[in-house]
Amino acid sequence: MDKMLIVSANPHIRDKSSIAKIMYIVILSLVPAIFASYWFFGFRAIILILIAMVSCVVTEAAIQKFRKKPVTVYDGSAILTGILLAFNVPANIPWWIVMLGSVFAIAIAKQAFGGLGYNIFNPALIGRAFMLASWPVEMTSNKFWTQPYTGETMDAISSATPLNLVKTALKDGSTKETVEILAEKGIGYWELFIGNVSGCIGETSFLALLIGVIALIILGLVNWRVPFFYIGTVFIMTWLMGYDPIFHVLAGGLALGAFYMATDMVTSPISNNGNIIFALGLGFLTVSIRVWGGYPEGVSYSILIMNCLVPLINKFSVPKKFGFVKPKKA
Amino acid sequence: MKYTFSGGYHPPDGKSYSEKMPIEKMPSPKIAAIHLHQQFGAPSKAIVNIGDEVKVGQPISEAGGFVSAPVHSSISGKVKAIAKITDAAAGNKSDAVIIESDGKDEMFPGVGEKSDYSQFTADEIKKKIAAAGITGMGGARFPTHVKLSPPAEKKINYIILNGVECEPYLTADDRLMQESPDTIIEGLKLMMKVTGAEKGIIGIEKNKPESIRIMKEKTASMHDIKVIDLEVKYPQGGEKQLIFASIGKEVPSGGLPMDVGVVVSNVGTANAVYEAVAMNKPFYERVVSVTGESIASPKNLLVRIGTPTSELIEFCGGVKEDVFKVINGGPMMGAAMYSMEAPVHKGTSGILCLSKENAAVYEEQPCISCGKCVSVCPLRLVPTEIQMNVQYKKYEQAEKLGIMDCMLCGTCAYVCPAKRNLVHYFKIGRAKIAEMKRKK
Repeated sequence: MDKMLIVSANPHIRDKSSIAKIMYIVILSLVPAIFASYWFFGFRAIILILIAMVSCVVTEAAIQKFRKKPVTVYDGSAILTGILLAFNVPANIPWWIVMLGSVFAIAIAKQAFGGLGYNIFNPALIGRAFMLASWPVEMTSNKFWTQPYTGETMDAISSATPLNLVKTALKDGSTKETVEILAEKGIGYWELFIGNVSGCIGETSFLALLIGVIALIILGLVNWRVPFFYIGTVFIMTWLMGYDPIFHVLAGGLALGAFYMATDMVTSPISNNGNIIFALGLGFLTVSIRVWGGYPEGVSYSILIMNCLVPLINKFSVPKKFGFVKPKKA
Repeated sequence: MKYTFSGGYHPPDGKSYSEKMPIEKMPSPKIAAIHLHQQFGAPSKAIVNIGDEVKVGQPISEAGGFVSAPVHSSISGKVKAIAKITDAAAGNKSDAVIIESDGKDEMFPGVGEKSDYSQFTADEIKKKIAAAGITGMGGARFPTHVKLSPPAEKKINYIILNGVECEPYLTADDRLMQESPDTIIEGLKLMMKVTGAEKGIIGIEKNKPESIRIMKEKTASMHDIKVIDLEVKYPQGGEKQLIFASIGKEVPSGGLPMDVGVVVSNVGTANAVYEAVAMNKPFYERVVSVTGESIASPKNLLVRIGTPTSELIEFCGGVKEDVFKVINGGPMMGAAMYSMEAPVHKGTSGILCLSKENAAVYEEQPCISCGKCVSVCPLRLVPTEIQMNVQYKKYEQAEKLGIMDCMLCGTCAYVCPAKRNLVHYFKIGRAKIAEMKRKK
């Protein structure tokens, strides 16, 4: 046998998984949510998603070319960031804001830190924070929150998000129950669950996001502990504080945040225990911002804050080693 | 009850190539190269000279200390040279006695003589095991007589026989359990006698139903020997994992099985113990699975120690066009070979010929902290963090994180979607730490 053989360290066989495969499966799992965004907010939602995807991919490729690094846009991570970022904007936002948000997300939050695997913060959420700080009116004003399609009218009507409605009503001294405030606008739990309410294009449908995340949990790509403990904390905290827990779980960006943003592998802790601590912190911060903070919604900032605690959480949640025994006292 | 451990992963097991092939005796080689150092511990010292006539089973070296073992000639003929030959396990060249066969296969006087071993005392049995040069046959090659001589304060309660064979592809132990169950059980009883252990356990993974059935049948009337069927998961056959799965005890970090009253031994080793004690047969041949998708006809062979790998491959019809890697041992922990002159040694459980499709070498991508390595680590370490500390030369931190506890099983690297070569770094890190300690 005169053929040259390959020599390398064990193991000599490898699982067939890869980063690209993981990314594309996550993207596929978002198809129901993308469809929901089209169903409720119309074709413009799809346009925004495409703009964000293309902007992310082009930015990543350009930076990698410029830095003379291998171009890795085929791994799907930039596409995923684009979709998630677009999910975070209202349907009527000017398209160039989404484009700039995408460029910022990839250039500053991802590539400036060294690219995939090295970023501390979730790039899509940094993009959202950037857009929110730079164009607060376009990101939150009622003019840009669109009432979803009802089937009869093709014109988007501006309307406040359910969280905004309730927060404003409570601030104005309303003594009504949350359910009543919503019922006046024709919103029930069912509308909140399927996503037939105004809000960012990808966040409103709890159902569509749930379908996706269940698939990912079954495939082992999402640690169920994060969404479970995150949503659980929000539910229990709001319930104990006398708010409507079902409303707080279904409304706003909690589903998108808990299912897709907080479970981002790169920016979440590595061990199971770490993920539980991370999720409890997320729940606490989200409720705190929603209840005591100035914003009606607190999911994205909670995740960004917890993102920076991940190295610390990792340090303190190291699993107990096999066969570890306390040193005997002399 | 489920017998298993936390973590682990089940790769496609590839056993179908050779699991139905009965053990076949391979003709003895024309030239055998027998390494003087083929055990954990000190190298043995040659006691033959160039030109000496040797017979099958004749000792050709003496142990180089207590933790060492002699080697024996596996063929009859003339000592041609004592030269440096590629050692598949160590990866470098080391001293080997090279014997040219006279084609007669004459036995050394006394080898193969049956004796009434039930009369032997524990010390006599131990001496026979030591003289026969028996080492663990699973891969680590720890001298068996040392394992069976724990310090007086360590009471041994269990002898656990490792018939798990969790490494994909390998079928040598599986075949041996099916074809010579009685000698394995006798070997186990001898080890129990030596150590005074009251209980014997034979652990077999559930994907070997035939071996489980036969072993259960043979031990049905023995109240002190139990066969347990273990969950199919790599590395179920890791010593510490097997002990935990069998008796629910964790061997302390840095400790040995004897710390929890256990001695673990491979089924092949038990067979060798029986042969050494009852038949006065030293360790000069073993069962090797020659398998993989890139070998023409996979086989389980009874091979003389010192037979060059090339002869095994030839005997199995040669390699196919698509061969990419040849491995001495299993695909998870075995050593990739660069030279086919390297002979079979006491720990060679298999010769695998793998194709590029299965043994591809990948480019490393950045870690995306997916946590898969953490969830599969059978020792509950954080492999990715240890790897990064080694990469950035922070050896002390790597040590704190448990790099020395790592047994290099490779499960983390197997599942890593970024295809990071974790074990490669662990090996570097451990070598560096050992070096630092020596300097101190």
